[in-house]
Amino acid sequence: MTNNRPWIPYLLILPSVAFLALLFIVPLLQTIWLAFSDNGVPSPANAQRMIADINFTRSIKNTFLLTIAVVPVQLAIALAMGTMVAKVGRGRETILWVWTIPLGISDLAAGLVWLSILQNSGYFNSMLLGLGIIERQASWLSYQTPVALFFVIAVAEIWRGTAIVMVIIVAGLNQVPKEFREAAEIFGAGPWTRFWRITLPLIRPALQSALILRTVLAFEVFAVVYALGGRNFPVLVGEAYTWQNQNQNYGVAAAYAVLIMIISLAATLIYLKAIKVDAERLP
Amino acid sequence: MTAQATSTATPAGFVSSRRWLLWSGIAALCAWVLAPIYLVALGALGGRQGVYQWPKTGLPTGISLDPFILFLKTEGVLQSFLNSLGAAGITVALSILLGAPAGYALARYNFHGKDSYRLLVLLTRAFPLAILALPLTVSFIKLGLYDTIVGVGLIHTVLALPFAALVTQGIFLGVPRELEEAAWVFGCTRVQAFFKIVAPLALPGIVATAVFAFVISWNEVFAASVLTVRNRTLTAYLLTVLSESPMHYRFAGGLMLILPSVVFIFAVRRYLFAIWGISSK
Repeated sequence: MTNNRPWIPYLLILPSVAFLALLFIVPLLQTIWLAFSDNGVPSPANAQRMIADINFTRSIKNTFLLTIAVVPVQLAIALAMGTMVAKVGRGRETILWVWTIPLGISDLAAGLVWLSILQNSGYFNSMLLGLGIIERQASWLSYQTPVALFFVIAVAEIWRGTAIVMVIIVAGLNQVPKEFREAAEIFGAGPWTRFWRITLPLIRPALQSALILRTVLAFEVFAVVYALGGRNFPVLVGEAYTWQNQNQNYGVAAAYAVLIMIISLAATLIYLKAIKVDAERLP
Repeated sequence: MTAQATSTATPAGFVSSRRWLLWSGIAALCAWVLAPIYLVALGALGGRQGVYQWPKTGLPTGISLDPFILFLKTEGVLQSFLNSLGAAGITVALSILLGAPAGYALARYNFHGKDSYRLLVLLTRAFPLAILALPLTVSFIKLGLYDTIVGVGLIHTVLALPFAALVTQGIFLGVPRELEEAAWVFGCTRVQAFFKIVAPLALPGIVATAVFAFVISWNEVFAASVLTVRNRTLTAYLLTVLSESPMHYRFAGGLMLILPSVVFIFAVRRYLFAIWGISSK
């Protein structure tokens, strides 16, 4: 396109740059300032209060364990979905539609969905009773059953968050040329070799996008936890919410926010380093 | 003769058992997605009796629309529903109005700072954006935007705008440049060519982007809860009344959150893979 008016593209991106500067960059800096200041003077007081908080260590531990448990399972299910659906001719679209349904479901709704299954008189207990495994209603969501609560929250997160990974992976798989796998097959590579040596390296950009997106979202886990366990299972964003809304302490809430940002950014950098992708292939 | 028959039968049997495995895997994963939604719908439509019925069968017995309608009539539900629609409407309008021009610029022009702009957009992905609502409460109180739907819409636009810019870039790349150039040859100005040729071709993709912006806003919980007190969105309302509500009200709320966004996602399912296929290139 001839560029006799070089200002046109700048005019086009200007509104979005201005918007992101005002509502992304500025609040980002404000959060950092809020976290590391006290009455307008730089101070580590908020961070110290956060670290001294009774739920601090537990919320870090819970958030990390949840991320470590959830993200690999989601990736594995998404890859299984992708390889399965690639073998299907008719009905492929329908299957993909069904699998993408959770994409439209919020974390709060997902928590409520699994609450209906896992509450004391819910379907899960009914099934266990039917199988003769339990005799009375078992409780899975209370303060006394932290391990069960952890698994329940992980299941709900996996149920909800796998769809986005699946969509990105399937899109990535669609871009792998068929000839590559066929050639490998002719040279005698089995299905596993083909998957590890051909498919996986070729969908690197999709893997990278999916992992970054899902990990950042996993560190943001909040409403699923709140709907299922209330405050029985502290997580980082939940603590930020409590400090802001219940305790009305913006400084400590901001300290939690900064901590979440640092962790997310570190995870992103690790993925960018670990899964190398050519610059032009970045989204 | 018999030996020959078995040797031909074995591969066929092997293949069909693999097909069976494939289809049972697919069926299991479909059930994994659908069964929980079915069960929460039962919970929402079963009312108080349904919740305490023990043991449950998973069959639709004793359900009616009444518990759900009763939930809709609860004070605050309808208003928060309308608030959610309002915030989502603002998000859709802003993220398309600001994001689509940026997407067009990225698709059609080479300019200094293009990479920096892309970096800015990608950077938003690495941050938990809803957290930005915390400092914004202070500025929004000063500006009179605190506890308003406009304020919620603005922060939701921060979530949806980078997505809209990246996706519309892909959509505009998919419109052949030659068509646009042909229109110039026939005497259209750039602006005319855009609205007569490019916009109609890009429209379905832009509608799909708008739907995603809607779903992003509709589903967001944290920012909406922090930024509102009286004018809550549906998610924020449900979050605050969660611990005091009876179980069947919670399930009704869950179902009400699920229905609109599932219908919307379903409406644009065809564009879903095209969009992500392009944007992950």
